[in-house]
Amino acid sequence: MAKVVLKLGADISTDIIYPGRFMATVLPTETPVFAFADMSDFNTKLKAKEIPAGSILVADKNFGCGSSREQAASCLKGYDLKVIAKNFARIFLQNSINLGLDMIICPTIEASEGDEIEVENGRVANRTTGKTFDIVPLPKARQSIIDAGGLISYTRKILLEGKK
Amino acid sequence: MGMTMVQKVLAMATDQASVNVGDVVEPRVDLAMSHENAALVINQFSEIYKNTGLEAKVWDPSKIVIIFDHRVPAESSKTATNQKKIRDFVGKQGIDKFHDIRGDEGGICHQILPENGYVRPGYVVVGTDSHTTSHGALGAFSFGIGATEMASVWALGRVLNVEVPDTIKVIVTGQFPKNVFPKDLILHLIGKLTAEGANFKVIEFHGSTIQKMTTSGRLVICNMTVEAGATSGVIPPDKEMLRYLKQDAHVKDKIRMFSPDPDAGYERVIEIDASKLEPMIAFPHTVDNVKSVKEAAGIKVQQIVVGSCTNGRLDDLEIAASFLKGKKVARGTRMLVFPASSRIYLEALKRGYVDTFMKAGAMVMNSGCGPCLGVHQGALGDGEKALATTNRNFKGRMGNPNAEVYLCSPAVAGASAVTGMITDPRTVASVSISIRTKSKKVVKKVAKPKRKPVAKSKLAAKKIKKGRK
Repeated sequence: MAKVVLKLGADISTDIIYPGRFMATVLPTETPVFAFADMSDFNTKLKAKEIPAGSILVADKNFGCGSSREQAASCLKGYDLKVIAKNFARIFLQNSINLGLDMIICPTIEASEGDEIEVENGRVANRTTGKTFDIVPLPKARQSIIDAGGLISYTRKILLEGKK
Repeated sequence: MGMTMVQKVLAMATDQASVNVGDVVEPRVDLAMSHENAALVINQFSEIYKNTGLEAKVWDPSKIVIIFDHRVPAESSKTATNQKKIRDFVGKQGIDKFHDIRGDEGGICHQILPENGYVRPGYVVVGTDSHTTSHGALGAFSFGIGATEMASVWALGRVLNVEVPDTIKVIVTGQFPKNVFPKDLILHLIGKLTAEGANFKVIEFHGSTIQKMTTSGRLVICNMTVEAGATSGVIPPDKEMLRYLKQDAHVKDKIRMFSPDPDAGYERVIEIDASKLEPMIAFPHTVDNVKSVKEAAGIKVQQIVVGSCTNGRLDDLEIAASFLKGKKVARGTRMLVFPASSRIYLEALKRGYVDTFMKAGAMVMNSGCGPCLGVHQGALGDGEKALATTNRNFKGRMGNPNAEVYLCSPAVAGASAVTGMITDPRTVASVSISIRTKSKKVVKKVAKPKRKPVAKSKLAAKKIKKGRK
C-alpha cells in the first residue's frame, strides 16, 4: 500500500518533470534533486526525504510528453516514485522501461492526494474510495526488458550470448 | 493488404517481405544521431560493457552522428566538460560524422542531418532527440529514443523490440493563401489531433500541397508531428526529395525510391484543404492549444525568437526579414534570430538577411538551439511573454515557469517584431526579398556602387557566376 503524494493533470511535459536548464546533469545518481524543480513545494519535500519511497503520482493523459530526455525517468527512479497515468507519451514510457521502471497505465484511474493505493494482479485498488481500476499491461516485448532489470542488462545479455 | 511507408522501411530493415502493424521487430539502424546528451549515452554504453570482458566498441562508427547544438558555445563548465568527454569518445571510436562548435559546419542536428545528405529514403534513423521525427521529410523512418536505448543501438546496431506502428494518413490539397505556411498547417493539424492524438503512431503526408512543398517546409511539418505524440512523420520519396538530396545535400550515390502501397491500411485518413488555412498560434502552455492569429492579435510580447530545428532555415529567415526590411523592432521587444546551421547563416549573410535583421534591431545569434529549451541565450523574465517560431510552449520551456511562450510561423514573428505585439501578417506589408529572384538581386546590389575599383567589381562578378552554378 502506498499513498498518492501528487495529483497531476493531462500533458505533464518532461519540462515539468525535469526542466531543460538542468539537462547538463546526466548521471542517474545526480538527476533526482531536479525532479519537478519548478514545482518547488514538491521538489523541496522530495529533497527533504519527506516523501517515502514507493509513493504514487497520479496523472491524467499523456504523462511525459515532449523531450526525449532520460533524466525525466531517472529522476523519478531516484526517489522510487511510481506513476499511475491514463496513458504515457511514447519516448518517456520507453525510457522508463529501459531503466527498469514500471509505469502503470490505468485509463480509468480515479484518485486524490492522500488516497491509499494498492497495485495488485493487474488492477489498481484505491483503498480510500474502495474502487478498483484495470491496468493496461505492457506489450510482452517491453515487459521482457523490465523483467531483465532494464535495457542495460538486457543488451549485455545479448552481447554475451554473441547474438549481436 | 499493402504496406505503409514505415511498414516498407521496417520490412527492408529486417530482411522480410512484409511486416504487419503490431509485429515486434528489431530493425537495423542506418543512422544514429546524438547531441550533447551523448554524454549520458557514453555513460550507459560503458555500463553495458561493464564486467563483460568485451571491448566497448560501437557497432559501426560511420553510422553514428554527433552534433553539438543544445548548448553552444557551452553555457557552463559542466556542459563544457561533457562536450570534452564526448570529443574524446568521438576520437577514440573513430566517429567521423562529428559536428563540433564551428562556424563552418556546425548547426542544429535536424538541419545538419539533411544538409549533409546523412539521411536517405528508406533509412531507419534514431536520434536521442524527440524532434528526430523531422527526417521523415526525406523518406526515412526516423524517431526519437532515450540515451539508454541509444547505448544499446551503439552496441548492437539495431533497435530492440520495436512494435510496427499504425499510420495516420494526412492528405493536404489546395494552395496556401498568402502569409500561410507549413508551420500553420502543422499547428492546425496538432490542434485537431491533440497533443496525444497520434501517440505511438506515424503520420504519413500526401496530397498536392505536400508534393509542391519544399524540403524545408516538409522538415517543418515532420519535425512537429511529435507534438501530436507521433513516433514519426514521413513523406513518400518524390522528385523534390531527389532534387534536395542531389542539389542541396550533394548526394552522389543512388537514392532508393519507393512508395507506400495503394492498398496500405491506415488507422484513419485526415483531409486538409490548405487554401482554407490561416496563420495560427499555439497558446501557452500546450502545443495543441491552437487558435487563429486573429484571436491572439494585440497580445504584447517582450521576446521574439526566429530559429530552431522547426523554422530556422533560409526561407524562414527570408520570410521574417521581409517584414523588417527598412523597419525597426519595436522598443520594449527584443528579437533573437538563430539560423539553423552555419551554412544557412553564411547564406543569410550573403543574401542580406542578416543585414536586414541587425539594422532593424534584431540580434543574430550563432547557430544552435538557442533559448528553445531554456538553457541559455534568451531566458524570459517573470511575467514575460515570448512569440517564437520554435516547437514547444510548455510551462518553463524558455527557462522560466513564470513566463509564457506562443508559437507561430516566421511571418507572424516578423510582422509582430515591428509592432511589439502578436500581429496578423496579412494586415501588414512585407517587402519581397524572394529567394527565387535572389541571385539577380544580389547582382544588382554588388554591382551598384559606382566608384568601386575595377578589380573589386571583377571579383564580385566572379562570385556571382559561382553563386549561379
